Amino acid sequence: MWAAFIRRAIMQGIPLLYGSTGEILTEKSGNLNLGIPGIMYVGGIGGVIGAFLYEQHASTLNPLLAVLIPLLCSMLGSLLMGLLYCFLTVTMRANQNVTGLAMTTFGVGVGNFYGGSLAKLAGSDVPSINLTATSSYFRASLPFAEKLGWFGEIFLSHSFLAYLAIIMALVSSFFLVKTHSGLRLRAVGESPATADAAGVNVARYKYFATCIGSVIAGLGGLYYVMDYANGVWSNDGFGDRGWLAIALVIFAVWKPNYSILGSILFGGLYIVHNYIPNLDVSGQELFKMLPYVVTILFLIVTSIGKKREAQPPASLGLPYFREDR
Amino acid sequence: MTKAQQGKVPALRLEGITKEFVGKVKANDNINLSVDHGQILSVLGENGSGKTTLMNIIAGIYFPDHGHIYIDGEEVVMRSPKDALRHNIGMIHQHFKLIDIFSATENIVLGLDEKGRLDMKQCVNRVKEIATQYGFEIDPEKKIYEMSVSEKQTVEIIKVLYRGADILILDEPTAVLTPQETEKLFNILRKMRDDGKAIIIITHKLHEVLSLSDRVTVLCKGRNVGTVTTAETNETELTEFMVGKKVMLNINRTMPRDPKPRLLVKNLSCKDVEGLEVLKDISFTVNSGEIFGIAGVAGSGQRELLEGIAGLQKCEGEVVYLDPKTGEAKDLQKKTPLQIQELGVRLSFVPEDRLGMGLVGNMSIVDNVMLRSYNKGKGIFLHRSAPTELADKIIKELEVVTPGKSTPVRRLSGGNVQKVLVGREIAASPTVLMTAYPVRGLDINASYTIYNLLNKQKEGGTAVVFVGEDLDVLLELCDRILVLCSGKVTGIVDARTTTKAELGRLMTQNTNDKDGASDGQG
Repeated sequence: MWAAFIRRAIMQGIPLLYGSTGEILTEKSGNLNLGIPGIMYVGGIGGVIGAFLYEQHASTLNPLLAVLIPLLCSMLGSLLMGLLYCFLTVTMRANQNVTGLAMTTFGVGVGNFYGGSLAKLAGSDVPSINLTATSSYFRASLPFAEKLGWFGEIFLSHSFLAYLAIIMALVSSFFLVKTHSGLRLRAVGESPATADAAGVNVARYKYFATCIGSVIAGLGGLYYVMDYANGVWSNDGFGDRGWLAIALVIFAVWKPNYSILGSILFGGLYIVHNYIPNLDVSGQELFKMLPYVVTILFLIVTSIGKKREAQPPASLGLPYFREDR
Repeated sequence: MTKAQQGKVPALRLEGITKEFVGKVKANDNINLSVDHGQILSVLGENGSGKTTLMNIIAGIYFPDHGHIYIDGEEVVMRSPKDALRHNIGMIHQHFKLIDIFSATENIVLGLDEKGRLDMKQCVNRVKEIATQYGFEIDPEKKIYEMSVSEKQTVEIIKVLYRGADILILDEPTAVLTPQETEKLFNILRKMRDDGKAIIIITHKLHEVLSLSDRVTVLCKGRNVGTVTTAETNETELTEFMVGKKVMLNINRTMPRDPKPRLLVKNLSCKDVEGLEVLKDISFTVNSGEIFGIAGVAGSGQRELLEGIAGLQKCEGEVVYLDPKTGEAKDLQKKTPLQIQELGVRLSFVPEDRLGMGLVGNMSIVDNVMLRSYNKGKGIFLHRSAPTELADKIIKELEVVTPGKSTPVRRLSGGNVQKVLVGREIAASPTVLMTAYPVRGLDINASYTIYNLLNKQKEGGTAVVFVGEDLDVLLELCDRILVLCSGKVTGIVDARTTTKAELGRLMTQNTNDKDGASDGQG
């Protein structure tokens, strides 16, 4: 029971972990990308489109291609979203909040549009698509995990995308703290003028961080469809996980390695209502609020603490133009 | 200077540098300048003389419109700060370019072109090496936000040395330092000079120029007005260079009619966020029917002084307003602008940051005029007709060039923005009118319109406070001039009898801190 709960919590947390790792990299460049929920949506539908077309056209599925095609389609979709966001906010210096919110609406719309179209192509009555075959390749896990009892269930029973999420978070942490490029990226987010004076190409760092961050976040959408939802895409199924990922950024104080544990905690809080007996629907909704309540409480605590390191990057949300005076 | 040194190729030479900002006057006009290895060059000039712009061009932050830059005799083109770093030019900005939540070392290694892993230990050791070499005191792992101003400056200097800079530019490095810290800094700079580095230091403190530099280049209104060898000059000559020849403006000035004390300021002191004293023991009286000028180099405390009087800045001391009708004394200290208004004090303030503090750029002229009277009218609805009339009146009487009264203010030119602001403040028929740099960025005609407006207010018995930067204007417009230097009053002079050189002397006067302290007690 406990092991099963923790396993589900981790599975629930993985999309959030992808989203928050991507958003942390993005925010470290000073871009507040509120388009993350939309980007994760596009990442999800990108994978679904790739998998759907491959399943339709191939008579037998090659396991490697069945994973690779959706993966690349997903990454391409979220990369395009990242590029669009950068073009608008970095090159055109549009307002980041407005752009981000518009992109979330846009991304959800794109997801639902293609979800509906594909469902129609598949001849389904409801806007949902079943990609069980592709999903089974995504969900492949270590064969000996079941033999190791609770340890195997919690730690070894996951698919490769779950482990990739954790590796991504650790690599991002290492990158931010221990490399020259990471230092420069943090400088761009704190004070682009300073970074510029130090010879850092501010626009380039913003573009790279935001696009790579978008691709990482998009993988969260892919994981959700292929692993968590067993290959079943249903419109609006992804829900508010994108916003939860952004809340997790705050909770993890902009540190990807912290967000690994944070994502499991958020994931657990998000599904804990399933494990409490005799709960009615309204009670469930109250429990689903928990991650947000925790984030708000955490925001209050960090604001009171006034610890400088727990604050967002100083120039977050502000456009940069060198000859502004 | 020995002959051998003169024969060498200069480390840095500028030829005909010109830079113009859109819609503004030429910040740099055909400037020539050079500095050798093992030499300290001072660049001296008033505010707005183009010093900082010029240094930003050398550091690659601005790109010049015309002109050539030579380093060790070879022409270079610098399109970004990175290019400047590549040519071993390091700039220490007046406003430190440091990242608060980074440690000293992190800030120092930031600009390096290195890739891959960041070996913090090695970097820390290198920083310590440089610190020992030149005698800096620094904790490489301390976070910037925990540092004092002088520590931050040390980080800035080590930063450029770490990158191997041969040409160092310091933009007013002593403005934020105590005399002891300044002396320490100078010793380090001398050590660097002996090490063969070329150093350019921007300052407007004459005694520093004389004690530190080998040569002095003086800028005035964007032009190079002379370069002299420090050993062959003196303070008087430099002051004359700096303030330039007197220019006749022919501003109409009348004698104050029936002056009576209107505003009394006694022992006003004020600290900034970092705890530095920006105003020290300021006392003066402004009379009705006179224009009271305030002169001083930028950042001497002018802004804090006006904001202190207007109730926008927390200060210690007394501000008393004498009511012209009843003669009653009203204490304005520790009151908000609204409370001051409710006391029946008609105090108008034209701040230096017009579109930041004075007007709302995106709102129309009418809406901006209404900001003064938003709480008039009945109920929850705004009373629009009176402000609309007033806006029309301002546009007509002050000849504001605008497509209409509903045009957003930010689309107007600087002069017209200022007319709207001054027009609104005057319409409140103030008894005290405070203006900060009201003609900054304005063309000649617009400037004269403003002078006439101020003169009209003066004749109407208003006490006008005029903070200005152009000494010629101060001398011809004002009746009396108070001179501020580093937050202290260095003199209150009669504008009709004083000279430009005298003002220049007071503005740059070196008041020793010890003397200042004993003055305060006396």
